Amino acid sequence: MNQDSESLPGGLLESLARRVRRRSIQMVYEAGLGHPGGDLSAADILVTLYFGVLRVDAGDAEWAQRDRFIMSKGHCSASLYATLAFKGFFPEEELAEFMAPLSRLNGHPNRTELPGVEANTGPLGHGFPIAVGAALAAKMDDAPWRTFVLTGDGELQEGSNWEAIMAAAHYRLDNLVAIVDRNGIQQGGPTESILAVEPLAEKFRAFGWAVRETDGHDFAALLEVFRAVPFQPGRPSCILAKTTKGKGVSFMEGRARWHHGVPDDAQLAAALAELGAESDG
Amino acid sequence: MAERLDCRDAFAVTLECLAEHDPRIVAVVNDSLGSTRLARFSKRFPARLVNAGIAEQNMVGIGAGLANGGKIPFVCAASCFLTGRALEQIKVDIAYSRANVKLCGMSSGLAYGQLGPTHHSIEDLAWLRAIANLTIIAPADALETEQAVRAIAAAHGPVFLRLSRLPVPRVHPADYRFRIGSAAVLKPGSDVALIANGTMVCRALEAAAMLAEAGVSARVINMATLQPLDREAILDAAETTGGIVTIEEHSVHGGLGGAVSEVTATARPVPMRILGVPARFAPTGTAEWLFEYFGLTPQGIFAAALELQETRVRR
Repeated sequence: MNQDSESLPGGLLESLARRVRRRSIQMVYEAGLGHPGGDLSAADILVTLYFGVLRVDAGDAEWAQRDRFIMSKGHCSASLYATLAFKGFFPEEELAEFMAPLSRLNGHPNRTELPGVEANTGPLGHGFPIAVGAALAAKMDDAPWRTFVLTGDGELQEGSNWEAIMAAAHYRLDNLVAIVDRNGIQQGGPTESILAVEPLAEKFRAFGWAVRETDGHDFAALLEVFRAVPFQPGRPSCILAKTTKGKGVSFMEGRARWHHGVPDDAQLAAALAELGAESDG
Repeated sequence: MAERLDCRDAFAVTLECLAEHDPRIVAVVNDSLGSTRLARFSKRFPARLVNAGIAEQNMVGIGAGLANGGKIPFVCAASCFLTGRALEQIKVDIAYSRANVKLCGMSSGLAYGQLGPTHHSIEDLAWLRAIANLTIIAPADALETEQAVRAIAAAHGPVFLRLSRLPVPRVHPADYRFRIGSAAVLKPGSDVALIANGTMVCRALEAAAMLAEAGVSARVINMATLQPLDREAILDAAETTGGIVTIEEHSVHGGLGGAVSEVTATARPVPMRILGVPARFAPTGTAEWLFEYFGLTPQGIFAAALELQETRVRR
């Protein structure tokens, strides 16, 4: 049930992340639809959380005292589904049904159907307020469970996030952790050329948050920063995770067209070859 | 004249009563403690009232998160802002997610009067009725409000409760029992059916009395639950009376009139009149003045019912 991250064998997270990346790309290829760029940038964060940080029980997804993880960037559903399946929330074989008719694995996650999904997301700027509400519920009960929310960086252009960011500090939600998948690229290009979100660290600090920046692809660094929350008592914690859109597949890395690009046969083969065999590591 | 009560008071007293016995009951407001009547709730249960400030999208999302954490949140705000500002959150975070959140739209319809169309909420039922999974209730008096609050707290799932700020007389007998999804026949009748909700139910009853004096037997139905709709009550009214007038403090498009006519048009077509606010923004005036202006009065309902009778005779 509760993962003791101290006991994680070396390379386990890396191996799991490789599997999540391979599976995400296969799912997008088979569905002919998806958001592989963001799936790949978030994969290491998702794996670190689910296999090294979160207190969840895949056999009892509704366990009242579980940590909540809210995937605000719901379009990156393939990597979330792969992570949840590998964690054991539902059978891995079901990943083959991604976006198929009547599948529980909709293009965007649906908590009413799929165990492990905490919030229905897809329209951006929804997950953050929900996370604030969950953290408030834990505070009201004086309960030890924590709430984590993963947002995209372009997503922070939605004003609802800043309403939530303001409220989290006002209510001193030090049981809330926001992770920004700072890959720098949104659908139409670089965030800073479309609508600049920087300086993010200064903005979160000005809103009353404790902020740390980290490499979102370095498992040791991610584990270290997750273990350090709350960074400051009485303040919510923000992790600005520097990531690479399309991480792990050279021709996808840093390219906006892979925000929702779908690989053809040759690109799929090349991507899987670059990521290495499933059993490696 | 019968005593008139503001349903918000019945709402607030009932919520406090429920909160005493159920620690899961919490409230969320948008700097609207006064207009939601929850100031006393906040004094009695300070840790269970979240003031989200003037930020409705976050307010509704917080409701969804509180429900995820096991709470039963009553998210309360002026209906115009709650529904207009946070419509996507209501659709996705609450209804699609089947979150156990009770959205309480206060001062709905034309209640804000001279504050104008920015503050009127005559589109809320149309917007929300198009959303699946969402129970929609507009009580007609304080008694029904109290019972509706108890019923929605006990039933798991997303609800929109539409309240006014205009005092209304009691329209239900003391032994009335509200049930979600059940219309109440407040007066039997066979010539025409007056189907109303919220603040318009008492006016429909007055119109029915006027019609009785004119020799027209009017059935008065309180359709407090707009979703799920009591189809049987509508079909029975259509079958028995052969003519329906709907009355609502809402646009004539997409609200109660729309819901009733969707049923009659497809299952039992009968002549209808849909009374409400026509497709225009209201001019400046108090709520009562606007009711007169738009014919949302016993006289207006009376006239529409008589006109409907003549239409049927000419046929």
